Amino acid sequence: MVHSEQAEPTRRDFLYIATGAMGVVGAGALVWPFVDQMNPDASALALASIEVDVSAVEEGQSITVKWRGKPVFIRNRTETEVDEAKAVPVDDLPDPLARNANLPADAQATDPNRGVAGQENWLVQVGICTHLGCVPIGDSGDFGGWFCPCHGSHYDTAGRIRKGPAPENLLIPPLEFVSGSTIKIG
Amino acid sequence: MSTMIKMVRSFATVAALAAATPALAAGNAPHIEREQWSFSGPFGFFDRGQLQRGFKVYQEVCASCHGVRQLAFRNLADYGGPSFTEDQAKQIASEYTVVDGPNSDGDMYDRPGILADKFPSPFPNEEAARASNGGAYPPDFSLLAKARAGHRGFPWFVFDAFTQYQEQGPDYIYALLTSYPEENPACLGEDFSGYYNPKFLGGSVTAEECAHEHLTGGPIGMAPPLSEEIVEYTDGTPMTVDQYARDVSAFMMWAAEPHLEERKKIGFRVMIFLIFFAGLLYFTKKKIWSNVDH
Amino acid sequence: MAGHSNYVPQSAAAKWLESRLPVISLVRGSFVDFPTPKNLNYWWAFGGILFFVLIAQIITGIVLAMHYTPNAGLAFDSVEHIMRDVNFGWMLRYLHTNGASMFFIAVYIHIFRGLYYGSYKAPREISWILGVIIFLIMMGTAFMGYVLPWGQMSFWGATVITNLFSAIPMVGEAIRTWLWGGFAVDNATLNRFFSLHYLLPFMIFGVVILHVWAFHTTGNNNPTGVQPKTKQDTIPFHPYYTVKDLFAIVVFMIFFSWFAFYVPNYMGHPDNYIEANPLVTPAHIVPEWYFLPFYAILRAVPDKLGGVVAMFGAIAILFVLPWLDTSKVRSGTYRPLFKQFFWIFALNAVALGYLGAMPAEGTYVLLSRICTIYYFAHFLIILPMLGFLEKPRPVPTSISEAVLKSGAGKPAGATAAPDTK
Repeated sequence: MVHSEQAEPTRRDFLYIATGAMGVVGAGALVWPFVDQMNPDASALALASIEVDVSAVEEGQSITVKWRGKPVFIRNRTETEVDEAKAVPVDDLPDPLARNANLPADAQATDPNRGVAGQENWLVQVGICTHLGCVPIGDSGDFGGWFCPCHGSHYDTAGRIRKGPAPENLLIPPLEFVSGSTIKIG
Repeated sequence: MSTMIKMVRSFATVAALAAATPALAAGNAPHIEREQWSFSGPFGFFDRGQLQRGFKVYQEVCASCHGVRQLAFRNLADYGGPSFTEDQAKQIASEYTVVDGPNSDGDMYDRPGILADKFPSPFPNEEAARASNGGAYPPDFSLLAKARAGHRGFPWFVFDAFTQYQEQGPDYIYALLTSYPEENPACLGEDFSGYYNPKFLGGSVTAEECAHEHLTGGPIGMAPPLSEEIVEYTDGTPMTVDQYARDVSAFMMWAAEPHLEERKKIGFRVMIFLIFFAGLLYFTKKKIWSNVDH
Repeated sequence: MAGHSNYVPQSAAAKWLESRLPVISLVRGSFVDFPTPKNLNYWWAFGGILFFVLIAQIITGIVLAMHYTPNAGLAFDSVEHIMRDVNFGWMLRYLHTNGASMFFIAVYIHIFRGLYYGSYKAPREISWILGVIIFLIMMGTAFMGYVLPWGQMSFWGATVITNLFSAIPMVGEAIRTWLWGGFAVDNATLNRFFSLHYLLPFMIFGVVILHVWAFHTTGNNNPTGVQPKTKQDTIPFHPYYTVKDLFAIVVFMIFFSWFAFYVPNYMGHPDNYIEANPLVTPAHIVPEWYFLPFYAILRAVPDKLGGVVAMFGAIAILFVLPWLDTSKVRSGTYRPLFKQFFWIFALNAVALGYLGAMPAEGTYVLLSRICTIYYFAHFLIILPMLGFLEKPRPVPTSISEAVLKSGAGKPAGATAAPDTK
């Protein structure tokens, strides 16, 4: 660059470094709004939780609701389904973890850990196959639960993966019964 | 040659001077006074109490005719707004009825509002609004404070860029609300049963009898909406038409520009940064150029 | 652009790349080693500033397009969605809308700099013509961008401007309908304007490269208008002009930020915060400020076709400017008469801008006509005649000589009155 300025090298270098550093800081700060604008906006965040009235869902029936743009399966399980799910030892499961957002991350995938606390007939889960994001079909598959037609993953009556390429059990979203028949998801 | 230059020069000067005469355009346009607002200037901010009071005036006086359809209930608890708590905002939302659906029978149904809902408008469409208001259309409030401005003219509009005058909207709304005369101008005649407002920008007086009165503004569809103590203030703020008009104007400015406070705060930081950076670059440039004759 | 680099690739990788795609030596030749006259003043920085604003507009525009909906029923609300809900959406939108105004401020200064210093003269005619093309595409881009928020001014601006084309004899009506894709400005119009508004900036970018290529082939003009003769007359672009341009860009950003953060709606029109309504025209419709001089010319002619021809003629005349100016001297610095007419012309342009914002009635119409006639007279009568009538001051033999005589850093260009001593 400039070679004639030999007298005060330190002062000159300091000036260049300070200017350069300030430029880097400014560019960094400028980038953030352009990145953040792609994050969920305020209207999307406002829809982060929904309340669902499940009083009309009879035993053995399911409904699908939309939460954060994704399907959520709400199933009122029969006693047989619950018993079947309870009979499976956790050690036999490909994914031994409950994947329940309401429980600690290391909770075991037992049936009570999958169902809604205190109301074990209710099973609420995000209807997205944990393999590559397709929506599994209800009341089908080798284990009487869900079957994903995309790549052949079989889930049992507690939504746990039993056979096929999916690595994890169906996810259970944060939820609670806010009254006898209304579930708040999210 | 030089006479030609002189001629052209004087032509240009005359043209420039004539163009700079604002009186030509103003006509009978109402003059809108500039008011004091907490949200004006580079450090402007919204007065929380004022926004809450303004919202109350809006709810109790204006909302039966004017919507704020771009505003969501969640905004009431947003940063830079009236700062209601989330529970208060939820409570306000639940007092509104929102149409949702279709339900599993295919019907639309009413339910109480939630935070994610926008404010429902008082009329389903413009036609319905006109039908209920004698042909006048009460405009939506969401952007009104940015959609209205008095005439500024030369040279004032030049100064406005430097004095950061961006409050023409609330100034106009305040002026309109506080300028209804006790009685309509006599020249409008006995038959005139409507309302007249000398600050109204949306109409003009066309009656021949008024031709020499130089009336500004014009007939307006809205009856004087505010009167003393029409809205209950619990914080000791005077319950006057002047105060109501101020508060609801501030509320409307926030509704139109909910990120105003954040914008000015970030703007200040950006300015400080850029000025420092420009200073450093100036010295860097000087150093680099110090060995060049230029 | 290349050919000025003394770049010799050192590493094996650089040699490998250089023999296949000499991009490093191209960039070095154009923006690092490029010999630049050492006497460029800050008016020359507006080229760099314009490049910065173009890039800023493209980036903020791409980001806004991620949230905007080009549908007549949704466009207005989607802009409000950006303003209210999108993270930093208000900032991105205000930067983009004010950025358009900044673009025109900078481009007008850039154009007037070229006019003053004779940058359009041989051998830089092509660079000048490409610049006029950029200006035209910019106007198209800005016009279509202003339609997108689908406010009242958007809608009625689009209606008025597209109706200009109906003035063309025979095929005018058909062209207008074709532009609209319907029988009025409507959803189809909005959709195609959005598509073109996204496309045109990239065309600008392409022409900008040609524009730079052209004046890098002839070398930059400079305040003296004298071609560099020896090595003493030039300095490498980097670091001298990179740091100078960067400083100018940051100062310009301060100006830009003032508008974007403190008076973001100053350049806009209140009516554009009212959603488009095809049944009601606002009382005063005005285009964006940067179109006002041309709008005044349009209205000055009391004939539909004539007005359109005059308006487009006002831009078209710039294409032939290099051949209208007959003076042998390039820079206005050494042309005492030209200098005066230059400032009258500038004042006249500002007056046209003011008149464009005023209602087309009474005195304003007369003044518009006078100013319009003067606008054309400047190019068609004054400039050709000046070359013969004017006695230029002596031109320095070289840049170095001029620099040594005038002392360091004289802010040329701002020389309206002096030079009489």
